[in-house]
Amino acid sequence: MKQTRDKVIISLKDVDKSFEDERVVKRLNLEIEEGEFLTMLGPSGCGKTTTLRMIAGFEYPTSGQIFLEGMDVESKKPNERDVNTVFQNYALFPHMNVFDNIAFGLVEKKVKKDEIRRRVEEMIKLVRLDGLEKRMPSQMSGGQKQRVAIARALVNRPRVLLLDEPLGALDLKLRKQMQVELKHLQRRLGITFIYVTHDQEEALTMSDRIAVMNQGNLEQVGTPEEIYNHPKTKFVADFIGESNIIEGYIEEMDGDSIQVTMESGKARIHETGYRLEEMVYLCVRPENLKLATDSVEGFRFRGQVREHIFVGSINKTMVELPNGQMLKAETPAEDELIPVGTVVNVYWNPGKVVVMRTAEEQIYNVIEQSVEIEGMTNDQIF
Amino acid sequence: MIKSFRKRLGILGTVGPTVLWLAAFLMIPLIYVIGISFLTKNVYGGVDFTFTLSNYASLFQSEYAKVFLDSLWLSLETTVICLLVGYPFAYIIANAPKKWKPFLVLLLMLPFWTNSLIRTYGWNTLLRTEGIINHFLQWVGLTDHPLEMLYTDGAVLLGMVYALLPFTVLPIHTSIEKLDPSLLEAAGDLGAGRVHVFTRVILPLTMPGIFAGSIQTFIPSLGFFFISDMMGGAKTMYIGNLIKNQFLSARNWPLGAVLSIVLIVITLILMRLYTKVGSLEDMA
Repeated sequence: MKQTRDKVIISLKDVDKSFEDERVVKRLNLEIEEGEFLTMLGPSGCGKTTTLRMIAGFEYPTSGQIFLEGMDVESKKPNERDVNTVFQNYALFPHMNVFDNIAFGLVEKKVKKDEIRRRVEEMIKLVRLDGLEKRMPSQMSGGQKQRVAIARALVNRPRVLLLDEPLGALDLKLRKQMQVELKHLQRRLGITFIYVTHDQEEALTMSDRIAVMNQGNLEQVGTPEEIYNHPKTKFVADFIGESNIIEGYIEEMDGDSIQVTMESGKARIHETGYRLEEMVYLCVRPENLKLATDSVEGFRFRGQVREHIFVGSINKTMVELPNGQMLKAETPAEDELIPVGTVVNVYWNPGKVVVMRTAEEQIYNVIEQSVEIEGMTNDQIF
Repeated sequence: MIKSFRKRLGILGTVGPTVLWLAAFLMIPLIYVIGISFLTKNVYGGVDFTFTLSNYASLFQSEYAKVFLDSLWLSLETTVICLLVGYPFAYIIANAPKKWKPFLVLLLMLPFWTNSLIRTYGWNTLLRTEGIINHFLQWVGLTDHPLEMLYTDGAVLLGMVYALLPFTVLPIHTSIEKLDPSLLEAAGDLGAGRVHVFTRVILPLTMPGIFAGSIQTFIPSLGFFFISDMMGGAKTMYIGNLIKNQFLSARNWPLGAVLSIVLIVITLILMRLYTKVGSLEDMA
């Protein structure tokens, strides 16, 4: 699969969208490759659904361009675009049975009757709705309607399938099952899926790549591993999985490591490329946060064990720092627990911490770089 | 014991007045009309208490049959034109910007609050030979003599459509409003152009509204007599006029009662149809 993924099928260039005074999508740049499963992830109101609707053609960008297979689709209506959508509420036609719902697009394309029958039946088998051809949508369960909606879109063999929180209305068990099914379906058909969700776990399970959005901005694009292990912004670290985020500044730098001073302690980290006194966030996943009664080299960082929470296979331990911040550490259930009230040394294994610039520092860096460039050109002029 | 008495008092207090009102103004007059339909008319315009079925037999005379057919035909014409005019009208209102909607619905409802007789007189002043429209046409030079517009079948039809249009528009408007916009998006997404979105999705899904609108237009149109009187010059006789005449001019109350009963029966059948469609709509 991976080797074929080099052709860009959709690209968004500086796409901006405002509704009246509200700017919901801000200068979005994103390239989606053929055959990939891309998830747009973010909290509600982050602009992910609006972006999807612009690709489908239900909304038009206020500025910027959308290219589908290299063609600017600005003037194209939804019915002229080679993409199909699976709607959040399924949007099945209530006056048509399952067969007619699925056949809708093929009838529009004036496909021959016997071919319609063949393709619809093939689709019905694929989504395992055999025997329900004559059912009306009102007589079906949420999961079944979901399958009809997917079949209705896929039967047209679109270049790209857009899915707008398609599993949102299903119960947890069914949702998990459908996640796996959708992923298999996508692999088997090789169609590009653009999937919108606010469920980070869903995004991590299903996607080849995740695009994390927040307040109309694209925060980070990357594989689930990249997003999880190397979040680029505090928002991403916070939104994807659980995170301990600790604020600090860089007090010392030498060669290949930096010393970060936090309100509640100090830690030495193998990182380079920062400035002295720069503000940073340290992000440590609970499973990477370690607790020890003995001191640990490179760390002067202590807290007090406050609580143990047993969650099946693991124990969650809450540690309170001197400044009141709570950290979360996860340990396998069979490990011995440190008694509540004990003062412990907090540490993490090398490479299991992500250092992030604060938003202000990022802006500062950009300004600094542009000043440098201007300086250079000035030198060249004079 | 006391509890059940209280309960009964409660029922009597709430439902009682309604039952009383219906009995006094609906049941008793209806029974009275049914009673009269079996009696004989006397020479002075009253009734004799002699049982007869001849009033019902006279329904099968060809002139009455013609009146019924003319009436049904006029009502059908009215309903069809109301649908053709009313559907786009309802569609425009339902899709108008939010802040305009209440105003548009108000415009539609406004004529309801003025007396229908006065409104029909309004058409009179517009259409008659010395009316505004004729004056205008002559002034522009489109015609050199006044056109005969009032007291034609066309004028009756116009008056009926005008009076009944809101009855068509409102149910259709409701069913268009109920349409889930994502269904229209889905149809577009699946390749349907505007025409097909309409014929394959909007039209079938608003069918209940069309049905309700048609019946709500058809039923009252059967009984309207003053419009054909005032705008048709009473040239063609419709059921409404016939019934009115039997009671007021010809003073043949038994025949008037029979005609009324037939009209009520037709209405009941249509109402039954209407409620059936209503329950179909709930299913969808």
